[in-house]
Amino acid sequence: MPPNAPRSRTALFVTCLNDTLFPGTGRAAVTLLRRLGVEVDFPPGQSCCGQMHFNTGYRRETARLARHFVDTFGGYEEIVVPSASCAGMPAESYPLAAVGDPGLAREVAELAPRTYELTEYLTDRLGVEDVGAHFPHRVTYHPTCHSLRATRLGDRPHRLLRAVDGIDYVELPAAEECCGFGGTFSVKNPAVSGAMNGDKARHVLETGASVLAAVDNSCLMNIGGRLTKDGHPVRTLHLVEILARTAQDGPLPGLPVVEAAR
Amino acid sequence: MSRSFLGWPAFPEAAAREVGNRQLRENVRRATHTIRGKRAVLAAERPDWEQLRDSAAAIKDRVLAGLEGYLLQVEEKVTAAGGTVHWARDAAEANRIVTDLVRATGEREIVKVKSMLTEEIGLDAALEAAGINARETDLAATIVQLGDDLPSHVVVPALHRNRSEIRDIFAREMGRHGRPAPEGLTDDPAELAEAARLHLREKFLGAKVAVSGANFVVAETGTLVVVESEGNGRMCLTLADTLISVVGIEKTVPRWQDLEVLLQLLARNATGERMAPYTSTWTGTVDGDGPRDFHLVLVDNGRTRALADPVGRQALRCIRCGACMNTCPVYERTGGHAYGSVYPGPIGAILNPLLRGLDDPQTASLPYASTLCGACNEVCPVRIRFTDVLLDLRAQVADGGRHPVERVALNTVGAAMQRPLLWKAAVKGAGLLGPLLPARTPVPGWTDNRALPDVPGESFRTWWKRNEGERA
Ligand code: SF4
Repeated sequence: MPPNAPRSRTALFVTCLNDTLFPGTGRAAVTLLRRLGVEVDFPPGQSCCGQMHFNTGYRRETARLARHFVDTFGGYEEIVVPSASCAGMPAESYPLAAVGDPGLAREVAELAPRTYELTEYLTDRLGVEDVGAHFPHRVTYHPTCHSLRATRLGDRPHRLLRAVDGIDYVELPAAEECCGFGGTFSVKNPAVSGAMNGDKARHVLETGASVLAAVDNSCLMNIGGRLTKDGHPVRTLHLVEILARTAQDGPLPGLPVVEAAR
Repeated sequence: MSRSFLGWPAFPEAAAREVGNRQLRENVRRATHTIRGKRAVLAAERPDWEQLRDSAAAIKDRVLAGLEGYLLQVEEKVTAAGGTVHWARDAAEANRIVTDLVRATGEREIVKVKSMLTEEIGLDAALEAAGINARETDLAATIVQLGDDLPSHVVVPALHRNRSEIRDIFAREMGRHGRPAPEGLTDDPAELAEAARLHLREKFLGAKVAVSGANFVVAETGTLVVVESEGNGRMCLTLADTLISVVGIEKTVPRWQDLEVLLQLLARNATGERMAPYTSTWTGTVDGDGPRDFHLVLVDNGRTRALADPVGRQALRCIRCGACMNTCPVYERTGGHAYGSVYPGPIGAILNPLLRGLDDPQTASLPYASTLCGACNEVCPVRIRFTDVLLDLRAQVADGGRHPVERVALNTVGAAMQRPLLWKAAVKGAGLLGPLLPARTPVPGWTDNRALPDVPGESFRTWWKRNEGERA
């Protein structure tokens, strides 16, 4: 990405959940992308990718939101999304929602390859792993199901995390097991969801980490909600909020500091 | 009266009950993790694993595309080999055919082996009503039947039971149905197996009529195939005078050669073995060897309905290896009974609605019995895309108007989301997720288990406007 690329060619799709409940993630994404020389824009007309609608069975509504997404972001060369599950929508789900609307299907097909989940954008598009971050805390990482199986991020997030200065990164046991959120699953099947989440929270505690990171705030909201409810001081943070912090920022207030592990 | 899944509650309710059973959860977790691990090792051993899966999916798709032709071929070949073919549209018809066939022999005690389909159609209860006592002979099915229980897994029907529970069932029940368990039976697996062997041997030697299922029916020769671990099936298939095989129409494969692919996948996926210990094949009747009378009952019971579903039809590829349930985090917490059918786990969540339709609350709840994590997609030997089918079934439920309140809510939010001004207003109020997510209106169940996130004072877009307003 040349630093002098014209403004407004990279759009941040912040997602509705981040916009309303986790604005810190959006702010961190802006900070980090700018530090890496990306001119990032926030098209204000954006709303929601429609994942909740799609996963609950509402295809026509999803198709309308897909149309809105295409209209909002169609003029940008690249769209960056700090959420693996929302980033997967244009490639994975819009084609299904657009069945019967060839025009929409075509526009979706054009836009999908330009839509990047944030860590994918950093490693594949910008070609960086060490983003110059500093974070002197013990961190574990939960690979969310969509990051594994829809956006197929593989070890990109791990590579980014391991390159963070000062971090004490620890593997999460049974990392690839679903946390039980599943959008409306947690509402429709609260007992099963709670049991899955309980196991996930237990694994997080086993690591002794003070921060649990992921690339989807929805899953973090689920796991973090459980940890808080049970009175554990583990913080949940979107990965980009770790990557955005530098040595000048110092340690994150309120978190135990670790000796540089590297 | 034998238990059945009839009148089962919808998944959320049934699942909530099962989740509360700690012993059950521990039994299921242990068993599934063990098989899961063995399967992973055995699958990784084959460099051509992914190609095998492609071939298997292609074979089954070919069958489904030309099902009628293959079935007619089956009928022709089985008849030529001395067997009789019967066609059953639904459960009632299948039960009537089997009951009449058994009645005609005059027998009142029969043995059964390896048939999930007979569980699906409730054959045992139908036979019982006709005064016929059918005894299961597969070890796990025996445990289930003696315990007046229901199967909870397609490969290991008694997976939800541990050794000591099995000991208790044997000690208590065996005597009431034949040879009692030996005095002082412990929960040592070898002792349990020996007790079952002695109890069952008596049944095999006395049985004149056997009812079996089949894993495959080979169209080119009219041959049926059963895959099992214990050899009990082989006893039933050879010792009885009359053999009645009850088989779903989708079990057909065109050629023997297809078994090369399917049997390899089945063994490795089902039990984590390179080869199943017993694979039996039988074709019609032969003078002086095996059953003198052979009947094949081909059952539809919703399969053509599933076949008519363009997305869902792939569920009929299933070869019942059980890998999807062994890998499913939801199944791991609930066990099989929550799904209200002999087909539990991910395949149950799609197959039952496809076979029975979405009109009753139980089947309509099943497409939502998944977090869409996608773990099942990765292990299915016939490449069923569970998440695609689940989503499509959800769309059918939603289109059927089953959740009117939810539709209105999502419609309203969806409408706002497409109108930038409305949406901006909603978000800026920082209370958007109020009506939407559990942030403001605690949803029962959700907040039992989790604290709610704090609603921040400022949305992202407000922050952006404040900082970038002049640029944006
Ligand atoms: S759906 Fe696939 S994984 Fe599940 S039992 Fe059937 S063949 Fe096996």
